[in-house]
Amino acid sequence: MTQVHLTFIDFSILGLYVAFVIGIGFALKRHMKTSADFFLSGRNIPAWVTGLAFLSANLGALELVGMAASGAKYGIATCHFYWVGAIPAMIFLAVFMMPFYYGSKARSVPEYLKLRFDERARAFNSVSFAVMTIFASGISLNALAKLLHQLLNWDYNICLWVCSFIVLLYVLKGGLTSAIYTEVLQFFMIVLGFAPVVWLGLKDAGGWMAVKEKLSGVAMHPVTYNLVSESSKTFQPDAWISAWKPLLAGPSANPMGIDLFAMVFGLGFVLSFGYWCTNFLVVQRAMAAKDMTAARNTPLVAAVPKMLFPLLVILPGMIALALSATAGKEYRLPQTIINEAHMTTAIASIKQSASVHADYDATTKALSTASGASFNEAKVRDLLDSPATLNSSDKDLSIRIQDAVVNDYDGVILSLVKRYCPTGILGLALTALLASFMSGMAGNVTAFNTVWTYDLYQAYIAPDKSDEHYAWMGRAVTVAGILLSIAAAYFASMWTNAMDIIQLVFGFVNAPLFATFLLGMFWSRTTATGAFVGLVAGTASSALFHACTIAQGNLPGVKGAYLAKLWVLPSDMAQNFWLASFAFIVCFVLTVLISLTGKRTKSDEELKGLVYSLTPKQKVSQEWYARPEFIGIVLLIVCVFLNYLFW
Amino acid sequence: MGLDIRLPIGMMFTLLGLILMGTGLFTAGDAGMYQQSLGINVNLWWGAFLLIFGVIMLLMWRKASK
Repeated sequence: MTQVHLTFIDFSILGLYVAFVIGIGFALKRHMKTSADFFLSGRNIPAWVTGLAFLSANLGALELVGMAASGAKYGIATCHFYWVGAIPAMIFLAVFMMPFYYGSKARSVPEYLKLRFDERARAFNSVSFAVMTIFASGISLNALAKLLHQLLNWDYNICLWVCSFIVLLYVLKGGLTSAIYTEVLQFFMIVLGFAPVVWLGLKDAGGWMAVKEKLSGVAMHPVTYNLVSESSKTFQPDAWISAWKPLLAGPSANPMGIDLFAMVFGLGFVLSFGYWCTNFLVVQRAMAAKDMTAARNTPLVAAVPKMLFPLLVILPGMIALALSATAGKEYRLPQTIINEAHMTTAIASIKQSASVHADYDATTKALSTASGASFNEAKVRDLLDSPATLNSSDKDLSIRIQDAVVNDYDGVILSLVKRYCPTGILGLALTALLASFMSGMAGNVTAFNTVWTYDLYQAYIAPDKSDEHYAWMGRAVTVAGILLSIAAAYFASMWTNAMDIIQLVFGFVNAPLFATFLLGMFWSRTTATGAFVGLVAGTASSALFHACTIAQGNLPGVKGAYLAKLWVLPSDMAQNFWLASFAFIVCFVLTVLISLTGKRTKSDEELKGLVYSLTPKQKVSQEWYARPEFIGIVLLIVCVFLNYLFW
Repeated sequence: MGLDIRLPIGMMFTLLGLILMGTGLFTAGDAGMYQQSLGINVNLWWGAFLLIFGVIMLLMWRKASK
């Protein structure tokens, strides 16, 4: 990655932002008296604030980088994460689930599980959640420090510690309130910092129509841009620019390699509802709202900008791909650049392989060892098989070898920032990146300290202590949480494989979760044992599913199929979505069966306020047009319209 | 809750807008610098936009605090 240089102006923009987030923490310090102030914001915040924080906590740096990457890799179908996944789930949370979270006076999602079921479900959920948040913030911390190091040549360690210290400072001073308030500021920073980059990119590419036209061309020759690894692979012209048509045509017709069921049920229902409706990281924001109406409106407020976010986060990836297909723009998707010394060995290696007619596996292995990069299979085969390879000049060969290096999709968004931003706007865009990282990390840390203090420490380690003691604990564990995140970041930088496995395991834990909540909230017959066994069996079944299936092109091992190869799926994403669907169904069926055969442990009276059918309807004071149900329906219609628009 | 978040947001974006606009005005003659941004003085225009956004936030804060 070529580096950029910041000037005094860029630094003053960065400095100003840092001063404001820390300032907010200090300004709120005097309001932090009880543990409830620290962990729950004293339930005193208006809906528009919690709504934007709800969104911002999820919009970590990895999300920003990853969505642009998917925009280039898969095109407009990436929008399904928003228009099929997030939006319906957020509306469901507002209309059906928030009344129970907020009304039950639970202080966290695991605590709701305790009230509804028993300690087992709570312990399982809170331990896995606590570990997961630490690793999640560690992974994004590592990614950010690496990015800043590559881009600005700042020291990795200093980036790591300074960024965490800033987050620590304002969370420690102002607790959840300060995290939520800074998240709102960060929300505007992210939007207003990246918008000019997208705008300039779109203008440079010649507008949306030109982008569409270029992407139709790309779809017919995807191997040219290293988007696929078989030279014969082609797509219909609309593969990158239609959200649904390529999906309906089957896994081989869309770049995601996915079928309709996996997309709609796996992603749209199981994974998205599981994330948006049960993940305490986001639900905590809604729980901090000042009253029931504000709590229910929180996800609805968030849904409006969320619907438009593809413009900001997915479009840049599509613009980048279109630019790389436009002659004269001198742009290509980022790759690892092979330096001169490595290139010399790589050229020698490919010539050697071609002269002895080595097989593909040996060639690509030798090439990767020589250059330190990964390669596109089709292009390496082409180099290997064409007789010209032996006779070409070193210069031609070096161009072809460099061209065969796989795309570094995660670099897409920064490559656009570098391309369009002169000093000034550059500082603003980098500040936006930093803001997105901080909002994600603060979200993780505040969710972690609450779950630790209320659901683990108070529940199992030290019950019946004074409120001051828990407030003190909250601060101590905030420091501990940040230190653990830093440790996880170092761990992630050293053991990439271990990190992949950890994320995989969390995928297993998350997959069945929504089935438990759905049955718990809407079926009073669900028993504690049913829920717990269902949850554990669901997790185990997703691990088993992973052990017996694999995505096309992957080798058995970490990627799956290490027990047996029962089913080969078309892509990693398809494997992931089917796994979630499978785990959900196992958890759902088992919970129902065990609940029906076992004895009920909680009476109707005890479940009042926790289960839909046993909770008396609240008197509605709002006009019909201000009710969450009505707003939800309107948002849903808009969402359907967006899907139709990009059909 | 003691603090209306519109105040710090308004202040920050007003200041950011002023910094960017200042940079834009100061470097207005530097065609080389803005070649990157397609010949648009993006600091000046985006700075102006941020300034307007910041001022609107401040106005909303004042209206609410009265």
